[in-house]
Amino acid sequence: MAKYIVKRLLIALIVLFGITVIDFGIMSLAGNPMEIIGAGPKVNQAALAQKSANLGLNDPVPVQYVRWLIQTLHGNLGTSYKSYQPVSSMILSHLGPTLILMTSALVLAAIIAVSAGIFSALHQHSKADYLIVTLAFLGQSIPQFFLGLVLIFIFAVKLKILPSSGMRLLGSDGSGVQFRYLILPCIVLAVEMAGRDIRYIRSSMLEILNKDYLRTAKSKGIGRRLVIYRHALRNALIPIITAIGMEIPALFGGSIVVEQVFSWPGLGLMTMNAVLQRDYPVIMGVCLMTAVVVLLTNLVTDILYALADPTVRLE
Amino acid sequence: MTTITKKKSVEKEMDEESYLHTVWRRFCYHKPGLISLWIVLALVIIAVFAPLIAPYDPNAINPEFAASPSLQHLLGTDTIGRDMFSRLLYGLRVSLFVGALATLLSTALGTVLGLIAGYFGGIADMIIMRITDMVMSFPYILLILVASVIFSPGMWNIILILGFVDWPGVARLVRGSVMEIRDADYVQAARIEGMPGHYILFSEILPNTMAPILVFATSVMAISILDEAALSFLGMGVQPPQASLGNLLNGAESISVLTGMPWLWVSPGVLIIILVICTNFIGDALRDAVDPSTTR
Repeated sequence: MAKYIVKRLLIALIVLFGITVIDFGIMSLAGNPMEIIGAGPKVNQAALAQKSANLGLNDPVPVQYVRWLIQTLHGNLGTSYKSYQPVSSMILSHLGPTLILMTSALVLAAIIAVSAGIFSALHQHSKADYLIVTLAFLGQSIPQFFLGLVLIFIFAVKLKILPSSGMRLLGSDGSGVQFRYLILPCIVLAVEMAGRDIRYIRSSMLEILNKDYLRTAKSKGIGRRLVIYRHALRNALIPIITAIGMEIPALFGGSIVVEQVFSWPGLGLMTMNAVLQRDYPVIMGVCLMTAVVVLLTNLVTDILYALADPTVRLE
Repeated sequence: MTTITKKKSVEKEMDEESYLHTVWRRFCYHKPGLISLWIVLALVIIAVFAPLIAPYDPNAINPEFAASPSLQHLLGTDTIGRDMFSRLLYGLRVSLFVGALATLLSTALGTVLGLIAGYFGGIADMIIMRITDMVMSFPYILLILVASVIFSPGMWNIILILGFVDWPGVARLVRGSVMEIRDADYVQAARIEGMPGHYILFSEILPNTMAPILVFATSVMAISILDEAALSFLGMGVQPPQASLGNLLNGAESISVLTGMPWLWVSPGVLIIILVICTNFIGDALRDAVDPSTTR
């Protein structure tokens, strides 16, 4: 097991290195960011050139990359071109709201998907099954931003019961987030995930229900309830873990769109602004962080997978 | 000799014919899939003939702006007086075009890389699979966003970007089935006969992986349409005045449009949903139809 984890970690490191190279490569293709940041009639071109030189933007791209890499390995992600704040503190200050949003959406989606998916599989070809599958299809097919707009229109504009955007902290010490502000963005983020996972969990559950060992269990006459709880659900754990693990990259992507629609002050909104302003150190920092999180979740998923399924052999 | 080969080819033709026939019969059994197919076909025809159907030039500005739907303007006009129905038709055209081309590009790319990785294995497989890991463990929208702002947003760039980001799923799929087929008897036979590698790859292996590729492509198509819409909504996709279903929705970010002019954002949104849901249903029906374990 330990050997397997070490091997996977090494591969993850190689992949991570590759991701940073690709990122840096893409951004270097765009040319000197100072030309965009400093575009305007009143900008002193000499000062701009001086600034580019100070930031080392005139060096060859590989040199810039190695400098970035060394700096990053020392735990320094650089400073923003725009706000002059350290990137790491910018990420940290925006991470909280995004984590709250992502976690609540993931939990909501998991609850919906697991219960609806299993229910649907146990009642295959019933009216409820068709309804659930159709709703899952619909959830998967609605663009998140459109669902966000519709919900804002209904709950904030027409019914006036929920706020349309922003985030308020609870209490003066800012210890929690007001639940009202979380509801709509959380639903929007959860719907697509739930739709996808319902179908995945349903079909895996159907597969399990047709397996020989379930027929054996049934023919032992231990009763439908025991068959499902003791045999089917336990085996369904594996697809459930896989489904939820696979959602992490989608969550990061989804949060960018959702935060934009609801002006949720998290990483997504910050990233979007950095992208618009070509604030490269910030973009690099966010890409690095998300890549690390995604790779770690992949690793954890694989380990959980191995723990849940004794037949998975690790080499 | 010639008669035998002739007979063989006729037999082969009949087999292929009947296989397609079976697939179609099974496809028809999936009612939502069949209905979706007709809807998508209708939408494609509408999109192709948009210039003939559209009552107005999509970029022409009419005197009445922000007008609600009427007989003159079926879906009303937008805030600067452009006919919404005409813009919707052109938006559909652009969105379908982007979706189809991006899907074609990523599927082709993924298929070729998957074939190489699966057939040759070794170093080629290692490298291709690590690149696949890299692209896959990237938050997808982030990569697209960064790329689209850097290569200046626009329709062609969106197609290229989506195409170059969507391929890893296809590559994994193809690699998996190639590795399964690689050691099958008929491939071994071709190898023993001394057939060249590219013949085995493209004439023996590829046709047998077509069905899952096709099914997968439908889901890529659905995702591409959604991604184009999201990007255009964020202002990073198809640029105005050119209309796409996503950037038609962009205006709804302003509160006056959202509350006072629902005709401007409901129709493009609903059209995207119809398009994506139909594509997903077609994929589902196709999956059932080509699945050899189905007993219909």
